[in-house]
Parts: sequence; structure tokens; C-alpha cells
Amino acid sequence: MIHLQGITKSFQTGSHTLQVLKGVDLEVAKGDLVAIMGSSGSGKSTLLNVLGLLDSYDQGSYHLGGQEMSKLTERRAAETRLDMLGFVFQSFNLIGFKTAAENVALPLYYQKVPRKERMLRAHALLERVGLLEWADHLPSQLSGGQKQRVAIARSLAGNPEVILADEPTGALDSATSHEVMSLLQELNADGMTLVVVTHEHDIAEGCKRIIRLRDGRVETEGHVG
Amino acid sequence: MRWWERDPWLELAQVMLRNPFRTLMSSLGVGWGMFMILITVGASNGLEEGVKADLGSRVKNSAFLWTNQTTMPFKGYPKGRYFRLQAADVAHLEEHATTLEAVAPRNQLGGWQGGNNVSHGMKTAACGVYGDVPAYKDIDPIVIMEGRYVNQKDLEDRRKVAVIGKRVRQLLFDKNEEVLGQTIQVSGVNFTVVGVYRSQQTGEDAEESENNLFVPFTTFNHAFHKGDEVGWLSLLIREDVQGDTAMAEVLRLLKAQKGIHPQDDRAFGHWSMAEEHEEMETVFGAFRWVSFVFGGLALLAGVIGIMNIMLITIKERTLELGVRRALGATPRIIVVQIMAETLALTALSGLVGAILGVAALDALDGYLVMQEGNGIFRHPHVTSSVLWTALATMTVLGVFAGILPAARALRIQPVEALRS
Repeated sequence: MIHLQGITKSFQTGSHTLQVLKGVDLEVAKGDLVAIMGSSGSGKSTLLNVLGLLDSYDQGSYHLGGQEMSKLTERRAAETRLDMLGFVFQSFNLIGFKTAAENVALPLYYQKVPRKERMLRAHALLERVGLLEWADHLPSQLSGGQKQRVAIARSLAGNPEVILADEPTGALDSATSHEVMSLLQELNADGMTLVVVTHEHDIAEGCKRIIRLRDGRVETEGHVG
Repeated sequence: MRWWERDPWLELAQVMLRNPFRTLMSSLGVGWGMFMILITVGASNGLEEGVKADLGSRVKNSAFLWTNQTTMPFKGYPKGRYFRLQAADVAHLEEHATTLEAVAPRNQLGGWQGGNNVSHGMKTAACGVYGDVPAYKDIDPIVIMEGRYVNQKDLEDRRKVAVIGKRVRQLLFDKNEEVLGQTIQVSGVNFTVVGVYRSQQTGEDAEESENNLFVPFTTFNHAFHKGDEVGWLSLLIREDVQGDTAMAEVLRLLKAQKGIHPQDDRAFGHWSMAEEHEEMETVFGAFRWVSFVFGGLALLAGVIGIMNIMLITIKERTLELGVRRALGATPRIIVVQIMAETLALTALSGLVGAILGVAALDALDGYLVMQEGNGIFRHPHVTSSVLWTALATMTVLGVFAGILPAARALRIQPVEALRS
């Protein structure tokens, strides 16, 4: 599903260049549940940006679903994100003035799905994450765990190939963290491919594989348990 | 944006209603600008109508010409010479002028607008007494209520007949008294009344006009010892000729005839309705432009206000816009969204201003009609073309106002969503 080879990425900060990714090789198969771990500065956020087509890379190759992802126009990148990727963010990033259902339906709006069908599918997804009765609530009326479940429902809305989660439990207490992790595991059990960036060991332990980044390279890669 | 769908509008409403007070305050300027344009253009239209109505029903292509002193020596004559128009000059004009429809020589007793004692039996009145030719009726249209106007036969036979104004009739005769065939005395000369007229003007102008009486020009000159003198000329300019062109020809012919220096522009005085109208068109056209420009500047200030608030909201919505981008909104979708939001805000405010402006003009018009005002200010209104131009200007400005915010929104990268 995801195939990275020799990905490098550097940032220009003033006069000197900061090499963040120094040749990352990575393979994520369909139906995988991969944790990416690493201390801050290891390049895991940059790697996630590259995987999510939110940022470009300098060298190497990135295939997503068999397609080369180099030098995409902003429009192509947006369309690929819309059709192939789902995002779950650390701070949920729900749109504050939209209800839970409207937030979930947003990717479908960009996919030009008619309103009725959109709302139907949004409600079905909220039911799946156990929040149907909260469909008409604004994010401010939801707890942190509920918000993240709405965000997960939203990441599923576009019918993506892969879900990229950036510290999905980073803003949650441990009990809620485990609820959210269970939900991600359920999705994986249903066949969804997930990449989870985390620094929490017990969350990483819940994944099938752990990839550790250190200093811009893959340090270790191994199966859990 | 699929504008026929409900969602973009719903989204727009959500965005604007998040901070309704701020939305209201910042979009006020456009409505105010729109209101100003309509009110000022409407007011200048009202003024124009009032002034034009004040000019009365005088035929639009009429003109008047009289003599002054010469101001330049010519052909041995010194400057400062007084001269008079004569019957021969009228004949000369009738023969040679190509731009005129009619020439009417006029005379008046006691000089211009002087009062005279006119009497019938024991009743007397101070009236304007004019010597006229039939053609004058085409230049200053009056309505004959009884009898007839001065005709060619009256002129040829120097008949002592008079056509009197409605007011003169009231002053000299009883209400139901038969006036046609009655004799009146004008400065000691007897005239037979052959007609009564009323004016087509309104107000004071009408009262003044109806206090006059007309006698045949030839009779007038004979009875009041004027010889072949002509007081002044009333002219009817051909409809296909510009007022100033005709006046130039007439002046050229008369200057040659009277031995006046061709460049002596002050030797004759003249006034033409056409010139007056043209001048007024120019003045009020300029008025409208000034109103439009100042209103437009107010509108521009308003639109800049909207642009500002859009820039601020975009800064506040950095995360939201980043998330939208991350979720798959293309740059185009973002641009269209921001442009549409700006334009909608502009249009909403502008339409409210336009509606209030038109309503205010309507109310003012209604009030003036109720007061039966015949003043210098009538029927303030805006034509639909002014309204459409104002709305189009607003729309164009609204689109321009959206460019900067849209560009700013476009600079927000989807990575922003992860940087929180």
C-alpha cells in the first residue's frame, strides 16, 4: 500500500540546511497497523507530512496504492488526500461551528456527494463510532474522547485506503486513550490500513508493527509481541 | 462553489453568524455607500425635475433676442450706440434664416413687464399689454378658453382686437358676463375682445402670464405710436438644429443688417430654452457624476472594511482552513469559498442599503406629493439604470475585495492542521 524508498527531506533555516529525513525506507502492506515512534526531532512528524502529501520530499520514491507521488501539484495532492487518505490529528481539528455530523460529512462535500447521501453516510459513520445520538452536537459540547471518535469517523468518510493518525491519543487521558486505540484496532480488524505516529509505548504496543525513527533514519523495525 | 446547492450558503451563514455583531459593523460601510449613492443621485434628479418644471411648458426650441448697446465701433459708428430692431429686420430674418421655424416680433407697453391701466366700464386693471403675431402662439403655448387668438387678417387690417388672459377677464368682467365682442380700453385706445386664454404654466408664472393681453402687432405699433419698432424677437428654432447654431446664424444676419461689428457679442442679448436645457443637462449630468463618484468612494471605503474583516477572519480561521486543505479541499475550492464569502457579505449589506435608499426616496417623494409642493425639488428618484450601475459597481468592488483575502487563505498550507 505504502512504499517508501530512500526518502530525504531537508529544511533551509537561514544559512544552514537541516537534514530531517536521511533516506527512509518503509513498507506498509494493506491491512497493516503500524506505529511510528521516535523522540522529538527524529523526523516522525516530517515523515507523516510526507506520507500524508502535506509536504514534499527531496529525493527517493513514494508509491501510494501503486502510484508515484512525486512532484504533485497542490490540486493533485488535495485530490489524492481526499480520495485515498484519512487524517486523525492530535488536537482533533474539528470545525467548531459545524455539528459532529457536518464535520464527518465535510470530506464527502469535497467529493461532491449530494447532501442527503452525505448526511446519511455521516450518521452511519457516527453510529459506527458509537456517537449517533451526538450527531447534532457542536464539538464544544463533546468530551475529548468523543471529539476524537468524531474525527475518526471523519477520517473514514472519504472511504480512504490508509488512515494516518498523528498522536491520536496525545490529548487524552489513559482510559480514553485505550478506547480510541480499541476503535482504531477495530477498524484495522475490518481491513483498514493505519499508520499511527505516537510516543506512547502502550499505544504502540497495540499496533501490529513498530517502526522506530532516530535521527532521520529507520532505526529498528519489528513486529509486536 | 455549486451555488445552487444549499450547503455553501449554509456554510456562509455559519461563518457570518459566528460573530454577528462584528459582521454587522464591518459590513455597514457598503450599505451606507449604496444608500449615499442612491440618495444623492435621487436628490439631484429631484432638483433637476423641479428646475425643469419651473421652466414651464415653454416650447423646448424657443429663444428670445433683444438689443443692447454696441460695445465695439464699426463702419464709422462709435461704440455705445443704442439701436433698435425694426420690421425690416424681421422680414430679413424670415427671408434668409435657414435654421428658424418662426420669427415673432414683439412689443410691450411701458417697457418689459410694465403695468398699464386697462379698463372696462368702471373696472380697471394693471396688465401687461403685448403686440404679437399669430406665430407667437407656437412659441409660448397658451390655451384658448373662449374665442380665438390673433390671426393674420387682424395683422393685415390692423384690427383693434385683443386676446385677454383669464385673470384679466376676472378683473374686468363679472363671472358669467359674455366677454367676446365687448370693448376694453387700453391706455385710452378701444379694443374688442376676441378671445380669452389660460397659461400652461403653473403657480406664479401662470398668474403672471394670465394677467396679460395680446393685440395684433401692427395695431399695437399704430395705436401706441411705435412706428416699425420691434421690442424683441421670439424665435422658434427648427427641431433638427442645435440652439447655439441657430443663434449664431441669427446674430450673423442681424449684425450685418444693423451695422454691428461681427465680434460684438454683447450688442444683442439672447436666451434660448434649448441652450438652457443643454446647460442644465450638463450641470445635472455633472451633479449625478459627482454623486456617483462620492457615493462610489463611500462604497469603496465600505468594501475595504469588508476586506479587512475577511483578512482578520482568515487569520482566525488558519487552523480551520488548514484542516480543510488537509481533508482534501483543493486550492480552487478555498479561493471560491473566500471570494463567495466576501461577495455575499458585500451584496447583503449593499442590497440592504439600496432598499433603504429607494425606500427613503419613495417616502420623500410621497411626502412632497402630499404637500402638493411645486417647489424647486420634485419627485426625487433614481432610474433603474442608476440602480443597476450602482449594484454592478458594488459587485465588481466586492470581487476585488475578495482577491486579497483569498490569496491570504491560499497561503495557508495543509500542514497547519498538524501544527496545533
